[in-house]
Amino acid sequence: MGKAKLAVWKFASCDGCQLSILDCEDELLAIADAVEIANFTEMTRKVIDGPYDISLVEGSITTADDAQRIVEIRKNSAVIVAIGACATAGGIQALRNYADIDEYVSAVYAHPEYISTLATSRSISDFIKVDLELHGCPVNKEHLIELVAASLAGRKPRIPQYSVCEECKLRGNVCVVVAENMPCLGPVTSAGCGALCPAVKRGCYGCFGPMQKANTTSLAIRLKENGADEDKLHRMFKTFNATKFEKEFSS
Amino acid sequence: MEKKKMATSCDIDVHGIARIEGEGALHVHIDDGELKNVELEIFEPPRFFEAFLRGRGFEEPPDITARICGICPVAYQMSACLAIEDACSVQVRDEIQTLRRLLYCGEWIQSHVLHVFLLHAPDFFGLEDAVELAKINKSAVERGLFMKKMGNKLMEVVGGRAIHPVNVRVGGFYSAPSKGDLQDLVEDLKKALDYAIWAVEWVAAFDFPDINTSYPLVSLVHDTLYPIDYGTVASTEGFNVSPKEFLDRIVEEHVARSSALHAKLDGETPYLTGPMARFNLNYDRLTPIAKQCAEASGIERDCRNPFKTIIMRSLEVVVAFEEALRIIDNYVAPDPSYEQVLPRSGIGYGATEAPRGTIVHRYELGKDGLIKEAQIVPPTSQNQAAIEEDLKNVIANNMDLDQEQLTNYCETAVRNHDPCISCSAHFLDVDIKR
Ligand code: SF4
Repeated sequence: MGKAKLAVWKFASCDGCQLSILDCEDELLAIADAVEIANFTEMTRKVIDGPYDISLVEGSITTADDAQRIVEIRKNSAVIVAIGACATAGGIQALRNYADIDEYVSAVYAHPEYISTLATSRSISDFIKVDLELHGCPVNKEHLIELVAASLAGRKPRIPQYSVCEECKLRGNVCVVVAENMPCLGPVTSAGCGALCPAVKRGCYGCFGPMQKANTTSLAIRLKENGADEDKLHRMFKTFNATKFEKEFSS
Repeated sequence: MEKKKMATSCDIDVHGIARIEGEGALHVHIDDGELKNVELEIFEPPRFFEAFLRGRGFEEPPDITARICGICPVAYQMSACLAIEDACSVQVRDEIQTLRRLLYCGEWIQSHVLHVFLLHAPDFFGLEDAVELAKINKSAVERGLFMKKMGNKLMEVVGGRAIHPVNVRVGGFYSAPSKGDLQDLVEDLKKALDYAIWAVEWVAAFDFPDINTSYPLVSLVHDTLYPIDYGTVASTEGFNVSPKEFLDRIVEEHVARSSALHAKLDGETPYLTGPMARFNLNYDRLTPIAKQCAEASGIERDCRNPFKTIIMRSLEVVVAFEEALRIIDNYVAPDPSYEQVLPRSGIGYGATEAPRGTIVHRYELGKDGLIKEAQIVPPTSQNQAAIEEDLKNVIANNMDLDQEQLTNYCETAVRNHDPCISCSAHFLDVDIKR
């Protein structure tokens, strides 16, 4: 059997999640040896036709063309992994979903007629069946390697399923809510970053999105009791993973 | 380059130019030996940052605008901080600004090395990518990867994360790294500096086509330092103005083929920002070792050959390593690690040097601390018109190449400027003509 074919696709995004692959400086040449990089425009001119064993998809769907392109990619891929907040939740650009898109276009562009865009920014799984999702804005590069390795080996990836709050305790950080009275989304946010923000004395801002069955309501009540400004709290939820925290800011 | 057959009439269409950041396409139309049309198309879907920044808190742009580009988030964070602090009449202490410079050095290193080794160098060997390059020169690629890793390490230690650092706030940093944490990096940074010195020599020996350009160059300048984290905006045309005056002078035009706008000086002149501009306007501010490397490499101090930007980028990597080592050597952790910034109504401007060129932010704040208006002018939208000038130049001089050679040549001419299409697609204000 030949090497597995890996493809990387970009939709509306900042390139940060796919850059995580190039940021694996110690592993990059070994990865390129272990799999056949069949499509990864940021890295190579080489383009090898599908089907692909695994497709990593970065970015959200924001145009009619892209909505078609993702369907083609699905047809051509055995496994699809959506990587990052854009691909799994629509990303920061999903803030348009709560605004008037025509007003947005004309606020930014002189010729709105040149711009073709959908009124919403949606996750990949809103359009096709996605096999695996990796959260984060950006994703954690070690988890990305683990996920690719696991899915090629046909085993379950070892990715933490708990909250940033638990990661924070494991890391031995001092709790910023208790010690500094800072608003922190750690209790409701998926682990994966290693509790980076509390480590620099800052509340978690939720860039990894909600963990499953997160009790956001009780967190919001607690933070408000601590004196957090309600509008500010809404904005905290309404940033990088807004579509996944909708009920927390539409109240 | 060995010449094949003439391309008297042809269309070159490269859909999805490889090894650049983001999605761009190139269209060239040649008819009967005459160049009719060149277009660099930006088809990244727009993300509307400037629209949704309205109504957000004044403390949010560093985190939000970082997400415009995963390759140069610090550039966005730094220009945003300067602009908001300007609006609120706060100037941070020197120790804080110096720590920002250190973080920015990390970004310059990782971004430049990524471009030099992984994106640009393969062109000079006629290869598809750095993996192929590693097959013929593994140690070169490994050295590049080591330097890149050290850039990312600096960003992690100072910024808390390499992509979208979490430690930056308006007014400074949430926490300052300890001297010990920084000193732990010194040995590897010195090794990386040695590699960077070698890299200048390595790239300077590449084969360069003889192409010259004449558009104005624009970059920040500073009294004593090579410009990175702040400065005034100067050009080879002789102006030296504040970021505000500069923004007043550029006009952004929305053309049919792009979700980015073309910025032109006074509405008509294409101009270039980035390594070639910084090098030309700041040669005397190169750090000592970088200056020696420049002299040894034989590059002219007023070099206008865009293919040689790979040398300039490599020299700037030397600058960044030297600066990082100097800053760490003199480092005293700022205490407190940030200035208190209280919002007030006003307008502020901030300009810094992203790896790809000057990046300017402008914010108008209400007295409630919410953003009323945001404008972000990234390097690639400024450079786009100049890149098209380069393409015309390259094509006019190489009409006798065959289609494939000319296509490769054009792609390299685009990559010379390391365009970041993710950056350029996402903004551009409309009404800045004054
Ligand atoms: S999820 Fe965040 S880091 Fe990843 S592509 Fe989107 S904006 Fe960039």
